[in-house]
Amino acid sequence: MTDISSTQQVSTQALKRTSFLWSVLRNPLGLLATIILLVVLLTAIFAPAVAPFDPSHVEIFKVNVAPSSDYWLGGDGSGRDIFSRLVYGARNTLVGASIAVAVAALIGVTGGLAAGYYGRILDVASSWVADGLMALPAIIVLLAFFQALGSSIHLSMAVFGIMLSPGFFRLTRSLVRSVRNELYVDAARVSGLSDFRIMWRHILLVIRAPVVIQASIVAGIAIVIQAGLEFLGLGDASIPTWGGMLQDAFDNLYVAPISVYWPGLAIAITVGSLVLLANVIRDRMQQGDAPPKVSRLPKPEPKPSPISSVSDDTLLDIRDLVVGYPGKGEWKQVVKAVTMSVKRGEIFGLVGESGSGKTQTAFAVLGLLSKGGRILSGSITFDGIDLTALSASQMHALRGKRIAYVPQEPMSNLDPSFRIGWQLVEPMVSVLGISQAEAKERALALLARVGLPHPERVFQCYPHQISGGMAQRVLIAGAVSCKPDLLIADEPTTALDVTVQAEVLELMRDLQAEYGMSIILVTHNFGVVADMCDTVAVMRDGAVVETAEARKLFAAPGHEYTRMLLDSVLEDPDTRTYSPPKEASA
Amino acid sequence: MTAYLLRRVAFGLVLLVVMSTITFFLVFSGTERVAANILGETASNADIAALTQKLGIDRPLLVQYGDWVGNAVQGDLGDAWTTTGSVTEILARRMPVTLSIVSTAILVMAVVSAILGIVAAVRGGWADGLIQVISIVGFAIPNFWLGLMLVVLFALNLQWLPATGYVSFTSSPSGWLAAVTLPVTALVLSGIASASQQVRGAVIDALNQDYVRTLKARGVNMRSILFRHALRNALPAALTVLSVQFVALLGGAAIIERVFAIPGLGELTVRSAVIGDVPVLMGVVVTMIIVVIVVNLLIDVMNAWANPKVRLQ
Amino acid sequence: MTAPLIECEKVNTFFGTFHALKDVNLTIRPGETVGLVGESGSGKTTIGRAILGIGPVTSGRISFEGQDIAGVVPRNRKGDAARIQAVFQDPYTSLNPSMTIEDILTEPVVARRLASKDDARAQVRTLLDQVALPADAAHRFPREFSGGQRQRVAIARALALHPKLIVCDEPVSALDLSTQARVLDLFIELQERTGVAYLFVSHDLAVVRHISHRVAVMRSGEIVEFGECDQVTAHPEHPYTQRLLLAAPVADPVRQQERREAFLSLGKEA
Repeated sequence: MTDISSTQQVSTQALKRTSFLWSVLRNPLGLLATIILLVVLLTAIFAPAVAPFDPSHVEIFKVNVAPSSDYWLGGDGSGRDIFSRLVYGARNTLVGASIAVAVAALIGVTGGLAAGYYGRILDVASSWVADGLMALPAIIVLLAFFQALGSSIHLSMAVFGIMLSPGFFRLTRSLVRSVRNELYVDAARVSGLSDFRIMWRHILLVIRAPVVIQASIVAGIAIVIQAGLEFLGLGDASIPTWGGMLQDAFDNLYVAPISVYWPGLAIAITVGSLVLLANVIRDRMQQGDAPPKVSRLPKPEPKPSPISSVSDDTLLDIRDLVVGYPGKGEWKQVVKAVTMSVKRGEIFGLVGESGSGKTQTAFAVLGLLSKGGRILSGSITFDGIDLTALSASQMHALRGKRIAYVPQEPMSNLDPSFRIGWQLVEPMVSVLGISQAEAKERALALLARVGLPHPERVFQCYPHQISGGMAQRVLIAGAVSCKPDLLIADEPTTALDVTVQAEVLELMRDLQAEYGMSIILVTHNFGVVADMCDTVAVMRDGAVVETAEARKLFAAPGHEYTRMLLDSVLEDPDTRTYSPPKEASA
Repeated sequence: MTAYLLRRVAFGLVLLVVMSTITFFLVFSGTERVAANILGETASNADIAALTQKLGIDRPLLVQYGDWVGNAVQGDLGDAWTTTGSVTEILARRMPVTLSIVSTAILVMAVVSAILGIVAAVRGGWADGLIQVISIVGFAIPNFWLGLMLVVLFALNLQWLPATGYVSFTSSPSGWLAAVTLPVTALVLSGIASASQQVRGAVIDALNQDYVRTLKARGVNMRSILFRHALRNALPAALTVLSVQFVALLGGAAIIERVFAIPGLGELTVRSAVIGDVPVLMGVVVTMIIVVIVVNLLIDVMNAWANPKVRLQ
Repeated sequence: MTAPLIECEKVNTFFGTFHALKDVNLTIRPGETVGLVGESGSGKTTIGRAILGIGPVTSGRISFEGQDIAGVVPRNRKGDAARIQAVFQDPYTSLNPSMTIEDILTEPVVARRLASKDDARAQVRTLLDQVALPADAAHRFPREFSGGQRQRVAIARALALHPKLIVCDEPVSALDLSTQARVLDLFIELQERTGVAYLFVSHDLAVVRHISHRVAVMRSGEIVEFGECDQVTAHPEHPYTQRLLLAAPVADPVRQQERREAFLSLGKEA
């Protein structure tokens, strides 16, 4: 029984790994790169069988000869066969690159694991060393050490590996640091795993693919630098190398310029394949995020949007709105034929669970769908204007001025590089066309209006210097700064503490009354809806299941989904009574 | 901010001391054959011993080190062994040549990478494709090979530009331009390959931030969002790339100067390394470290300007 | 009076100069749920991590069945103290994305060398059954599950060691309303069946009221009120708890209006 399950487990893991490898090979570029690298590798291993001549075989009459049936790629400055030397050069190149990669990876990954996991002094110290190594031009160091290291290119490549180790170190360290803060590492520690096991099981699992990519890039760098050193004459002249061949070709540049191409091509093709392979692996790893090409999708059918007769007190009228994102071969609809209308001066609640389409509906009104998103059909009529028919610049003219937005996460919605004041002044200057001085005056008044105790000081602050609750007040001040007709608030208090939430909601209610604007309040919290809203639309799976006046909805929900949601709201008249478990009381 | 910069200066000094010490002991420990190398194969043992004593390399390493440090802090890096003149004089002659090439290269690289990276991030399409191709080609082609091919094409075949040599900017600006065009081109390609991709990534990252949506919702125009907000936030990442690339260019210059027979620091390093002119090598390493420290400090200042969190630390 | 399972006495924690826990006293009896409510930065997570042995304790005593476990990392703990488990807030980051559910569920047992790998695997089906997940979940990866299902996997992992105490840090905050209710009921059902005790950390007074026997309220590193659940969550004595209670909106427009007026009459926080 257990045997069966263990083989099953092995097979699923093996399956996963082969399918990854397979998908890299199925990519034409990935396949090409792999084949080239295999050819180079096999050539290096079987050099004596591949090369027609011994690399140091000299024919005095073939000095700098042109390519012929004998010397396929011609002869070098000493009358040796360029092709044979190229073949043997592959050997030397791969050995050198392997040494550099092995040394760099060993030092960098180990150091990165330790520094990232244990942090503190170890981290500071090793980061200094890494910064120090990175501050030095590797080739200069290798040149300076040449007398001490001797002409063994292998030793030089080992030193070069040390110089390249900061790349691995930084990569590993930052990966470990991000993984280290993941809750599953905490869970593993709680389970009693030793640090070593945590690194082995959890952290190496995550970092192995990026390390492979880094190794392939470092191998490319090492090949180029090694050739550079040999080109400068710092290699062992008795061993055929690609860099040494370039040096020879350089010395004979005026006699046989064509000889310059072959070793260079060998280097470029090998290094190019390594980088290409790294890119293919990276793309394959990120593939999950990449949206499919829009051009391959069926064009959305433009439906004539009926200009509906809406009553004067309706500010926003949404009819049969469909919003889609590119999916596999078709548009994936996230909003499906939503119809709703928001009256002037009312607070309209848009409520639903995650994935219900409430935020997408709000973004469609703002004209700010995420990349790839599109309104496929339906109409959005705002104060008599069909927003779906507007050009980008017409829509732009409405945003900020007549339709405003308050986001969910206060901190990430302020630009960290600019002072709060400027972030209020800039939009006012550009939207209202007022002077900077006037905008500043208004901004200060707004900051005071949203309940910030020291407007002057907040005005001068950068976002990281204020709290989340203050930041949300700043964003609300910004949203109402141009006296909009419609404010779209997307979960405006979800990220805030409950007491701050109560204050911010109170502020929004006050501002709504003062400006007479309408608010669309997107939320998952029925308490917030009960607190704020006049009308509520309940959404599920991209569609509105029920729209009702708020008091009516809570008193007598019409749709069973609404009833189910309201039943899930925790309101316990009684609490649990404690009785010790039997084993404990015995 | 002052504390931050002071910390960076301290780091630079530590780096200078540590690296010069390591380099000293490595290069001065391999000096047994130096006298023989300098005098050539025909030299007698007595001559070699005499030269060894004259150069002072028969003394214990620590004594030599103490001497060197004592003189170095007074700005005296000793005399060259294989050419006439003091090391500082030689460096002073060579350094402007290398710096003029490397600073031109970093400028070209920064401008081209910024344009390519930003266009690719914002527009995608052809610029994106171009960056992909450049990133592989630029990485795969060693700069000295590119230099050789440029010489074959533009100097030997087309004869548009000189194959070798250097003319200082002050003596003839047009001559200088003709002399540095090919070396700089050969030097910058790999830098552009990696920098443009990283600029692209940084700009895409910045444009994907939440506050960009909020700025759009606020009615701020796209031009301001891109040039004022996104680029400002992408700048720290771009500056890091710049500092890494500067180091890479300094190293690359060593080989490129050889290809184009430019009398700069790189060419000096190669010659001194092969023949074993240890004081010159020490001088080069110290100079390079100081240059890197100064450039990194400049970049730190720019970073502090761009990033209030660093500035207000 | 049952002897407490765990007892925190004057626990203090400093992060640098920041005083994160100030003389915290807390007891949990066997099979009991103690709710710990507070706003962000109140220290509620810090005390949970201190009990788990993955957060620092500067001074004070945390005794578990008489054994002092303050500052002792989990793998150095002995006996039942080594079995204290955790369920964390974010079900997306609390499971390693590249491990199968079976690997995740066997890891605690194998790490403690409480059973061979094969025996641990045989247990997986029982564990999945306990949290109402299908048996074929074992060979799948976390990404194939919804948030609620992932949280069930995390609960199953916590149960694997048959713990006497599970520290639950906001375990339902990231879940949708309907899922949240079902996961809470699972917690209660498991407690009634196995007699496990919970330290249930949450910012949501209604959630805490639903599951707790006793409730502690934290603010800036201090426990300001600790008592029977109904008393603390319905008739609090401490002004801060009153403020917390009145700030949370109820899903009824009529009652919420009264509550709001009561909250506003409290005025700004002192």
